[in-house]
Amino acid sequence: MTRFRKRKKTVIVSFAEHEADILANLLRNLVELLYDGMPPRASMSSDPLAALLDNDGPTSPPEDVVLQRLLPDAYQSDDQAAGEFRRFTERGLRDSKASDARRVLAALEESPEDGIPLEGDDQLAWLRALNDLRLAIGTRLDIKEEDDYSVWEKLPDDDPRRLTYDLYDWLGYLQSALLHNIR
Amino acid sequence: MTTAPSELASPEVDEAIELSPPWVTIVWNDPVNLMDYVTFVFQTYFGYSKAKAEKLMMQVHEEGKSAVSNGNREAMERDVEAMHSYGLWATCEKS
Repeated sequence: MTRFRKRKKTVIVSFAEHEADILANLLRNLVELLYDGMPPRASMSSDPLAALLDNDGPTSPPEDVVLQRLLPDAYQSDDQAAGEFRRFTERGLRDSKASDARRVLAALEESPEDGIPLEGDDQLAWLRALNDLRLAIGTRLDIKEEDDYSVWEKLPDDDPRRLTYDLYDWLGYLQSALLHNIR
Repeated sequence: MTTAPSELASPEVDEAIELSPPWVTIVWNDPVNLMDYVTFVFQTYFGYSKAKAEKLMMQVHEEGKSAVSNGNREAMERDVEAMHSYGLWATCEKS
């Protein structure tokens, strides 16, 4: 059972061992997905100027729908501007998302007996990482705005989406409980 | 939810519109992001009051999108990048 406590501005979260394992697995998958198919940075290639500017990122959106949601276009009706923006920022965005996920992972691995203390910056990293997991799972499940949530809540046990939806629901609980304790 | 007092109720409305910088950051509605989280992001990143952040969040939720900041193009691209880091779906455009 996940528990949240508060000591002044520090939020302390404790997980049951199996919960910490599930969360860590999801985060490892997320980090892997974020670097899936990314060519190495220019700093490792032969173009020193591109390496210096770090502007050799991709110019078109990723193929995977989850990555499309995590790394969206910055311009809706200007493909060229969207491509330019992506070239300069997509790698950095992947790095910052992976860094949030790794920060949560590191805390879970350390997992002190009396709970994981989260200070200001940790709290933001946790909120963002939990949100990225929810976006990833919600996109895979193809959850839509107009969906009737009672249908999702009542998926039969033998529905292949059942377990995934339960995870999605649990992550939503974690994020909102953390948020509640931060405020 | 109670709606926050509208900023447009102030008498400087015309002036404010005339002086609006040419670019805006738009946040789009999304079936996944929690309403409380979206409000929190607006407060944390933009430093908006809770009332203003909630008003913008409700606009995103009910109208499908909301212009959450304005400024020059470079500043709006920074805001969009920050919104993406928080997982909000944002774009920039000329207002």
